[in-house]
Amino acid sequence: MLKYLENFGKYCLLIIRSFSKSPKASVMRELIVRELDNLGIGSLYIVSIISFFMGAVAAIQLAANIDSPLIPMSTVGYGTRETIILEFSPTVIALILAGKVGSNIASEIGTMRVTEQIDALEIMGVNSANYLIFPKIIASLIINPILTVISMILGVYGGYLACTTTGLIDGTTYLYGATMDFKTFHFIYALIKSAVFAFVIASVSSFRGYYVEGGSQEVGKASTKAVVNSSISILLWNFILTRLLLL
Amino acid sequence: MIEIKNLNKVFGDRQVLYDINAVFEPGKCNLIIGQSGSGKTVLMKCLVGLLEPTSGSILYSGVDFTKASENERKKIRQEIGMVFQGGALFDSMTCEENVAFPLRMFTNWNKAQITERVKFCLERVNLSHAHKLYPSEISGGMKKRVAIARAIALNPKYLFFDEPNSGLDPQTGIVIDQLIQEITREFNTTTIVNTHDMNSVVEIGDKIIYIRKGYKHWEGDSTTIVKSNNQELIDFIFATKLLKRVQHTF
Repeated sequence: MLKYLENFGKYCLLIIRSFSKSPKASVMRELIVRELDNLGIGSLYIVSIISFFMGAVAAIQLAANIDSPLIPMSTVGYGTRETIILEFSPTVIALILAGKVGSNIASEIGTMRVTEQIDALEIMGVNSANYLIFPKIIASLIINPILTVISMILGVYGGYLACTTTGLIDGTTYLYGATMDFKTFHFIYALIKSAVFAFVIASVSSFRGYYVEGGSQEVGKASTKAVVNSSISILLWNFILTRLLLL
Repeated sequence: MIEIKNLNKVFGDRQVLYDINAVFEPGKCNLIIGQSGSGKTVLMKCLVGLLEPTSGSILYSGVDFTKASENERKKIRQEIGMVFQGGALFDSMTCEENVAFPLRMFTNWNKAQITERVKFCLERVNLSHAHKLYPSEISGGMKKRVAIARAIALNPKYLFFDEPNSGLDPQTGIVIDQLIQEITREFNTTTIVNTHDMNSVVEIGDKIIYIRKGYKHWEGDSTTIVKSNNQELIDFIFATKLLKRVQHTF
């Protein structure tokens, strides 16, 4: 228990340090753009594939489970949209990014630690936490909500294609359901979640990488810990935010 | 000039350094030698601020680094250049970008000025041809030389080298030693080299301190060390069979 508290304290101090004493604005801008490319554009492919098939499967399952003639088939479009917006796109995509981006961040920073690159930054007088972690957090905060929106669009479109190509329901009925009773707040709620998850993934993974001690084996362990810790934190925050924002 | 006064370092219940006192002068290659685990790396880490000493002081041109404010420390750190054992080059950057890094971070120079300085530093270590290569594409000796170029980019007053010859063949080691000595003389830097390479001891040791089990056991220079009567020091510097055979020639 004491170790968990100690780690939490170290995590908080590291994040505070990462938000202080930035180098020159031009350097920081460049770093953020690089991270946007690394963390965001690099994840676009996997996010697109997963979202498309997630939407397709959700739509087919909904259609397959509507037995009662009293329930209109447009419910398939409505249900697909709601599950995609409320849960699949913000949470499932965040969990996937925790695996892909989280391990990437932890191993990158961890390798810099064991090869003394972080020590080199410190000796030069560079705030290494700010230089390495801050751009990753900012880039994640920018790119994750964008990826979530792309995921939503592709998920709903995946459902549409699944329904129309398999002949489960016609496109007009699906689109009618997918556009009816749209609550803007659900969309905002999803964006808030994706931003919080982005912060969790970038900060927890950076923390795991930053405090690696030893060699390549420890870097591997830190990557695993980063993914596990980020995933658990995402699930916990998902529960807290849902309770706070939806009820 | 760097002065160390009564420096002690304790990790938990284990004391690693005991009451170290030393003065390192500018324009000289100051060597810290000692067996593995003797405490010389801890001493160097305390000097550059990667570890906090338990007690004692470290004075950089009269300013106590251990008691300095964050801003003073930052100022001193910008006057320090350090070459790590493995080079510690940023592997996502080319050699040129590595050398340009401190210039981009701490100067307001324009691109042309930075390019000119990088060119000078790389030429100084005879690596102008490797400017576009990444650290993974160059040899260990070249990495050390790029690290030296990066260390001298900001014209530092203090240069630190941690085991500069480790992992290098003897001939490349000599090239690195010569480079360290030339740069020290040319830029009048206070150079501190952490080593257990006996060639470095003989070739560039303007001042040598021998650390044994955390204590400063001996102090002298490259001419006095080989004539020393200190048996533990003699055993340490003439440890290999080859050196034992040539010991009488000194």
